[in-house]
Amino acid sequence: MINKEPVITVKNMVKRFGTFVANDNLNFEVYKGEIFGFIGANGAGKTTAIRILCGLSTPTSGEMNVAGYDIYHQTEKIKKNIGYMSQKFSLYEDLTVAENIRFFGGVYGMKITERKARTEEMLERLDLMAFKNRKIGDLPLGWKQKLAFSIAILHNPKIVFLDEPTGGVDPITRRQFWNLIYEAVQKGITVFVTTHYMDEAEYCDRVSIMSEGQIVALDTPENLKKQYNAINMDEVFLKIAR
Amino acid sequence: MKRFLAFLRKEFLHIFRDPRTLVILFGIPIAQLLLFGFVLTNEVRNVKIAVVDHSRDYLSIRLTQQLVSSGFFQVAATPSSESEYEGLFRSGKVKEIVIFEPNFARHLVNENKADIQLIEDASEPNTAQLVVNYTTAITNNFVKTEFIKEQKQPGINIKARMLFNENMLDSYNFIPGLIAVILMLISAMMTAITITREKESGTMEILLASPLKPIQIILGKVTPYMILSIINALVVLLIGYFVFNVPIIGSLALLLAEILLFIFLALSLGILISTFATNQVTALAISGFVLMLPSILLSGFIFPVKNMPAPLEFISNFIPPRWFIEINRTVMLKGGGLAEVWPNTLILLGMSALFIIISIRKFKIRLQ
Amino acid sequence: MRTLFYLLQKEFTQIFRNKSMLPIIFVMPLVQMLILVFAATNELKQVDLAIVDNDHSASSRNMIHEISGNPFFKVITGLNNSQEAEDLLMRNKVNLALVIPKEFDKELTTVKKTEVQVLVDAINGNAAQLSLAYLSNVIGAYSQKVLIKPIKPEFRQTKAIEIKSTYWFNAELNYKFYMAPGILVVLITVVGMLLGGMNLVREKELGTIEQINVTPIKKWQFIAGKLLPFLFIGLFDLAFGLLVAKLAFNIPIQGSLVLLFSLAAVYLILVLSWGLFISTISDTQQQATFVSFFSLIVFILMSGLFTPVESMPQWAQNLDYINPLFYFVKIMRSVLIKGSNFIDILNEFVALSAFAISMFSLAIFRYRKTS
Repeated sequence: MINKEPVITVKNMVKRFGTFVANDNLNFEVYKGEIFGFIGANGAGKTTAIRILCGLSTPTSGEMNVAGYDIYHQTEKIKKNIGYMSQKFSLYEDLTVAENIRFFGGVYGMKITERKARTEEMLERLDLMAFKNRKIGDLPLGWKQKLAFSIAILHNPKIVFLDEPTGGVDPITRRQFWNLIYEAVQKGITVFVTTHYMDEAEYCDRVSIMSEGQIVALDTPENLKKQYNAINMDEVFLKIAR
Repeated sequence: MKRFLAFLRKEFLHIFRDPRTLVILFGIPIAQLLLFGFVLTNEVRNVKIAVVDHSRDYLSIRLTQQLVSSGFFQVAATPSSESEYEGLFRSGKVKEIVIFEPNFARHLVNENKADIQLIEDASEPNTAQLVVNYTTAITNNFVKTEFIKEQKQPGINIKARMLFNENMLDSYNFIPGLIAVILMLISAMMTAITITREKESGTMEILLASPLKPIQIILGKVTPYMILSIINALVVLLIGYFVFNVPIIGSLALLLAEILLFIFLALSLGILISTFATNQVTALAISGFVLMLPSILLSGFIFPVKNMPAPLEFISNFIPPRWFIEINRTVMLKGGGLAEVWPNTLILLGMSALFIIISIRKFKIRLQ
Repeated sequence: MRTLFYLLQKEFTQIFRNKSMLPIIFVMPLVQMLILVFAATNELKQVDLAIVDNDHSASSRNMIHEISGNPFFKVITGLNNSQEAEDLLMRNKVNLALVIPKEFDKELTTVKKTEVQVLVDAINGNAAQLSLAYLSNVIGAYSQKVLIKPIKPEFRQTKAIEIKSTYWFNAELNYKFYMAPGILVVLITVVGMLLGGMNLVREKELGTIEQINVTPIKKWQFIAGKLLPFLFIGLFDLAFGLLVAKLAFNIPIQGSLVLLFSLAAVYLILVLSWGLFISTISDTQQQATFVSFFSLIVFILMSGLFTPVESMPQWAQNLDYINPLFYFVKIMRSVLIKGSNFIDILNEFVALSAFAISMFSLAIFRYRKTS
């Protein structure tokens, strides 16, 4: 199913903040159509890496290519082809659901007819049609997260970056959220996700485990479990982290 | 107590870690001192004038020189026709046009009377009035030195004694007021903002859940600003004394006690504002428009309260710095004591009590 | 262009949804115009004067009567000695004290020459000089009235230059005509700096700016999107404030309003860019306000709004060349009160435009989509 065509290539990625090394020589590739997970404890460097790949932060050194574009010189081209959902909820709380969609759709240069069609489809799917004109700030967190994800892929990006998208939501909503991710993959979107929930790691096609700024393991969940002789990812992680 | 000290340490760190806060805490007082001390003055100097001399005789030329050498005036234009006058004013090139009549010297020598016409740019009325006064004074002086040999003037002479500020220095007026404005800024505004920030970011709840008592929390927030306020007040007093020669004639102890009272008042006002404001922007808006603006403009700091229309004069009664500035001026410059300033002191005490009572009420309601 | 449209649509929706925005837009101009213009005056309204009469003669009573008849003075009499007068000065009850000596009447009728003492609370030098001048005028007039006959022929002999002065643009020397245009400048500056600057930092604090930064929005589009709504609000507030000034103080509007508003637009772009620049270098609204507040205080005080610029030391005058308020206060007063045209204020216009362009570029340059 995975055709091994890389959409993200990272070679020797280093990010330093003063003397602190957040990303210490990372090397990996993400293939088209896969769910690629970044797993690690808080402060392992996941967010730093994802911010660099989205063009929010400049790396100290290394070669990186996202969606076929160079990260140093073609940042703006990259931005047209990616979606991003940050750890901190960042839709406009004082705007309504429809207004947020209109704004972000407009900013990505979507045609009005296309935007309207996609909005309808998306709100139907999320069962949020009745809340179209509600301010985002009035919605419960789980709904907000699902909405934020849907808006992040509204413009049909090649890759979507999710930075701890399920932080603070209940298990049922997390399940629903992952269903949305699978649907996006079906449409051909590559998903780059960071998380510290080990059960979520199982849902990924491949995971890379980060610790203290370095990638300490990178493989499919099955292979990792076999390699470390563990029954689940939780155990894998504990064994690696020790 | 140990807990409290740790908390206090944290508050100080907050302040000293943020250079922008330091800018406000020390930059504004210093900038204001410098500006009011060295830059801003209502006096008139270097006024640009145009001279139209239809006579060009020895007297008109000499008088023109006299105007320039006084230091008040600079000749910036010599228009040749009346049509140019308005343009000179409109572009702001000159503020006054001095016109000598033809045969100026002959008229003055033969007929004892010559005419000068002054045209003023009265879009700045105060300056215009002062400029006319100075021009007149220089001209009269010129006539006296040129022609009149010491003549005794009959009538009622006025011997004026300038009390409390013999040389009429601006600094005497602004230093006592500046203390009030700066204390308002640091004690009231900064306190209001920090407490509101803590509320807004949710850390207030963490603090309230901690073993610290609410009163300790408030004291912890307030103490650093109180200490900084005292330092700032002393710095202004010292600079006033040593740099601008503003004396402290009355009792220093009384002055310091009044300053402490005012700091207490300002802090309670800050706490009061923070109980109303739900976010920093509101706290800032309230501090800016309800606190700072009136403190500067309605307190008599720059513009005397007595010059204001009755409604504003009435409002100024409710502005704490108004009473404090009066105390400062009385104690520092007039050498007054409690006998003179007890009414003001009582008003400040009453205001502080009121702010504290309302704050406690509001705080309790919120906790319930 | 379409991106800018969506940005503007979003900004306007947010601005007008904010409940505190409408009061700020409408109440602030009202309060500033009415309170500031009335409060900021150096015109003396009334002077409290204590009179100590040591002579108790017809002459002294006549003179006191003369002074009391002048509505400018609020006279307190019945004092026994000058010590009591000094006491009133000390307690801020009076600004001036006039002490009439024992031999006042006798000297005036015999040698036609006498002296009175005036004690002045000189802490505010300006007010002291003005009130003393007023009192001198009243006493001088009285002295002329009493002694007029024997003196007149003598005066004929002396030479005098007669000065006639005319006041252009503001014949009645109305101080409000001077203050109101200046306060309008403060008004739109505060609106621009605080609302405009604050807005961007708020997005930083909320984290929504991250979401913007991963989109293909161009930097200039984003800054322009933040700037234009407040440019519009600033111009609206200028119009509203001008209307208040017209209705409340009947200030003259001599120059072209089109010129005034065009220049105001340039000025607002400058102020807004400056506010946005500050917010690009701040992380929190608090920091941004502090920096804006600080620069505002310095710029306002040095702008010539309250005190004449020519009186400042040369180095301070040189500093004013980079003070946007200095230019715009001058423009406002010139255009409104003196009817200055475009050519008259060309220098100021060029300076403001140059600053506006550089500040706008600087704000765009400093705004980083990538940290």
